[in-house]
Amino acid sequence: MNMTDTIKHHLTPEILMAYSAGTLPEAFSLIVATHVSMCDVCRAELDSYDAVGGVVMEDAVTADVSSDALSSTMKLIAASDTAPKAPRRSTGTLPSPLQDYVGGDLSAIKWKPLGMGVKQVILSTSKAATARLLYIPAGAAVPDHGHQGTEMTLVLQGAFVDEEDRFARGDVEVANEDMEHTPIADMGEDCICLAVTDAPLKFNALIPRIAQRFLRI
Amino acid sequence: MAHVGVSEFGPCTKYSVLHSHLDLTTSTTGQDKTEVNKTNKDWTAQIYAIRDAQDQAAFAELFAHFAPRVKGFLIKSGADASLAEECTQEVMATLWRKAHMFDPSRASASTWIFTIARNRKIDALRKQRRPEPEDLPWGPEAEPDQAEAIGLKQETEQLAFAIKELPEKQRILIEQAYFGDLSHSEIAEITGLPLGTIKSRIRLALERLRHAMK
Repeated sequence: MNMTDTIKHHLTPEILMAYSAGTLPEAFSLIVATHVSMCDVCRAELDSYDAVGGVVMEDAVTADVSSDALSSTMKLIAASDTAPKAPRRSTGTLPSPLQDYVGGDLSAIKWKPLGMGVKQVILSTSKAATARLLYIPAGAAVPDHGHQGTEMTLVLQGAFVDEEDRFARGDVEVANEDMEHTPIADMGEDCICLAVTDAPLKFNALIPRIAQRFLRI
Repeated sequence: MAHVGVSEFGPCTKYSVLHSHLDLTTSTTGQDKTEVNKTNKDWTAQIYAIRDAQDQAAFAELFAHFAPRVKGFLIKSGADASLAEECTQEVMATLWRKAHMFDPSRASASTWIFTIARNRKIDALRKQRRPEPEDLPWGPEAEPDQAEAIGLKQETEQLAFAIKELPEKQRILIEQAYFGDLSHSEIAEITGLPLGTIKSRIRLALERLRHAMK
């Protein structure tokens, strides 16, 4: 699912390094794995952070393994299924890591309406951060909101425009607490995004604030 | 945030002077090379021997070198000794099972084994799922490009050398990042790692691979 030539907005170095180190909350790991599935620029950068991890492990203090560790490992190998698995690759709209969480491609998503045609579904991850799929009808806006923490939004279908730029399939926008934005979907096609937050969004109008309590936006 | 640079890390140039380490492709001294080579033996032949002939002697060599490193890494990441021992054996068994996935044009053996150990760490210590990117579209008949593999090996050696040469304070920060002691905002402090060349090399290998599959 390579879209490297058309992606203009990439993951930040610190997010890629944290993913390589394995320290991100699960929801952020999901958005990284999904973007990297589409983007060779970030895949290459991620591989280079893994190389740093390899060097760190190579040079770190070693710990003696038990005297029977090798023979125990050979028993583990003998007991396991060694048949190579087929490469994991998506032919649909959602890259494989996301399909693993949805349980299929777009048609398997169990949308819940948020009003004005906007829909969402929250994906099951560890609690430290929240991953949701958002459906924004062509031409519609997501309510104006600011952020308490970090919000990352990856476009999976269609495109949206906000105060910063235009974001199309494969592009990822990283927003922090300084930023308030109103994403509006392009007219041509309904927009589907993966949005990840590590704190609740702050809506600037009363009605969305009330809705937020019920809808866990 | 738009981040499109292939060889640069954008505005954070706190340690960007270190890029120069990787540009010195030929000027490291003989003594430095010996030091680097000692810790970056090429394990490709052993991994291929496991893949092609289930070679237990080759596996024993890999095990002697990597198992204590994986265990040390897991203990520093917060595992107690018995959990680290158990996970180390699982990591090494995974190495055997996934030997056919090893691609020396994209990763050195220590890089690849690090990723296996890291995933086991997330699973066993953090009790989280680890979403992984899609596999690249290569067939079992596509042998990695030799020149790419050699180029990557050299650049990995230079990376290892450059990291060794970092000021102590920054080297410790990097270790802490990989042992899981730093949050991702703290990690922002250490961008500017000397990764430019290795990143371009991996990118080139990916492009070749994509081209070969067309």
